[in-house]
Amino acid sequence: MPAEIHELEPPLWHRAASFLLAVAFLAGVFTFAFSTVGYHWNWRSVWVYRALFLQGWLVTVVLSAIALVASCLIGVALALLRRTPFLPLRYLSRICVEIIRGTPLLVQLLIFFYVVATAFGIENRYVVGVLTLSVFSGAYISEVIRSGIESIGQSQLDSARAIGLTTVQTYRYVIFPQVIRQILPPLAGQFASLIKDSSLLSIVSIGEFAFNAQNVSSYTYSNFESYIPLAVGYLLLTLPISLWTQSLERRNRFET
Amino acid sequence: MRLELSEVTKSFGAHRVLDNISLDLEGVRAFVLIGPSGGGKSTLLRILAGLERAEAGRVAIDGTALPSDEEALRKYRCGVGTVFQAYNLFPHLAALENIMLPLEKVHGLPRAEARERAFGTLRRFQLEAHAHKKPAQLSGGQKQRVAIARAVAIKPRLLLFDEPTSALDPEMTAEVLEMIEELKLEGRDLVLVTHEMAFARVAADQVAFLDEGKILECGPPGEIFGGARSEGCRRFLGKILRY
Repeated sequence: MPAEIHELEPPLWHRAASFLLAVAFLAGVFTFAFSTVGYHWNWRSVWVYRALFLQGWLVTVVLSAIALVASCLIGVALALLRRTPFLPLRYLSRICVEIIRGTPLLVQLLIFFYVVATAFGIENRYVVGVLTLSVFSGAYISEVIRSGIESIGQSQLDSARAIGLTTVQTYRYVIFPQVIRQILPPLAGQFASLIKDSSLLSIVSIGEFAFNAQNVSSYTYSNFESYIPLAVGYLLLTLPISLWTQSLERRNRFET
Repeated sequence: MRLELSEVTKSFGAHRVLDNISLDLEGVRAFVLIGPSGGGKSTLLRILAGLERAEAGRVAIDGTALPSDEEALRKYRCGVGTVFQAYNLFPHLAALENIMLPLEKVHGLPRAEARERAFGTLRRFQLEAHAHKKPAQLSGGQKQRVAIARAVAIKPRLLLFDEPTSALDPEMTAEVLEMIEELKLEGRDLVLVTHEMAFARVAADQVAFLDEGKILECGPPGEIFGGARSEGCRRFLGKILRY
């Protein structure tokens, strides 16, 4: 139910002017920095490779989308394992999550790519890349889910038992419907991270956005003409997610 | 109902919450448990509700012993209605959906029938205006009444209340107690843990006083409130009834 609360907000012109002022300030700082360094812009040579940028960007979108779904599945699995009564599985989940969250994605990628994938005969670098990224992100998501599940009070679990729901039914009808609403904002934040983290796949020569931008940079002997479009390309993906997250948080605030 | 407890014991860790309790009540309709906090009355109620297992002893209702394996216990729970102190309702479901959930998913009623019965139960208790409200939009008393309606809708053989009014102000307490009394008058068996002594006095036909894991006294309310034999019960009642 959409509840409306009117916060004390300054008038539109005030907000617009303030926004422009903030943008102008940032633009000023960077214009000053670039002109002081005396950077010579050469957009023409980079423009030739625009198709490569677009192609890399699309690969990033596809890889991220697949990793997003896979990381959710892995996250749910790890979170549920964390709650099983069977201790070895619980420890397995815990150890995986701690190691993955405590080490750089870069190292994980190298180990998965050159050791694990080779040992298990996985040849396709895209498959290995997406899998590694999914496991990495899944570990974070499992923590989000776990804290969501744990936020459901014991009294509700008692009520669920009292009315005769089975454990599976309790998850299905009581826990998950509440957890999903609650964890959407942190989950969306994790998705934005996932998209940016996918740029690291470039180190194992996966032809995604960052890899292609690096290539263009070396073909054209340019630097920022390649990397600024790269930044803009990622912002195009992460900014909508960030705005969506904020609106979700606002809505949740009203409903509780 | 007939309620039999024989040598029932329950501990949480090193703490013995129920200590070798025995009791045999025949034909009891409204059984009220009183006593100081931590005395074991809620634990006893949770055992009767099938939510906890006694580690020793036997609990039987109408001659049938409560099972000890979880699945059989779950089936037992399907047949009794339990209402806790607070947070009984699932916050993401409207009042009507809260009542429909066990009817549909536990008792296997078709959706339309579950809906009809849930709505009928709400109407019976003058709660139909709140059918589509989420728990957050209800007052504390309304929430408890919807929770009781949910417990009643499954047509339980026994209703169990664990301090159902402890979180409520006096006015809401009255509306909830009225509802419980109404259920008693229509002939439902119930067990109630409460601190509302005035209500216990009029509504109970048997009162048990629990302290330190033991039933120190059990009898009709006139006997308990008129002149408790045990020192502990007298002291408790003296303290609680002073103001």
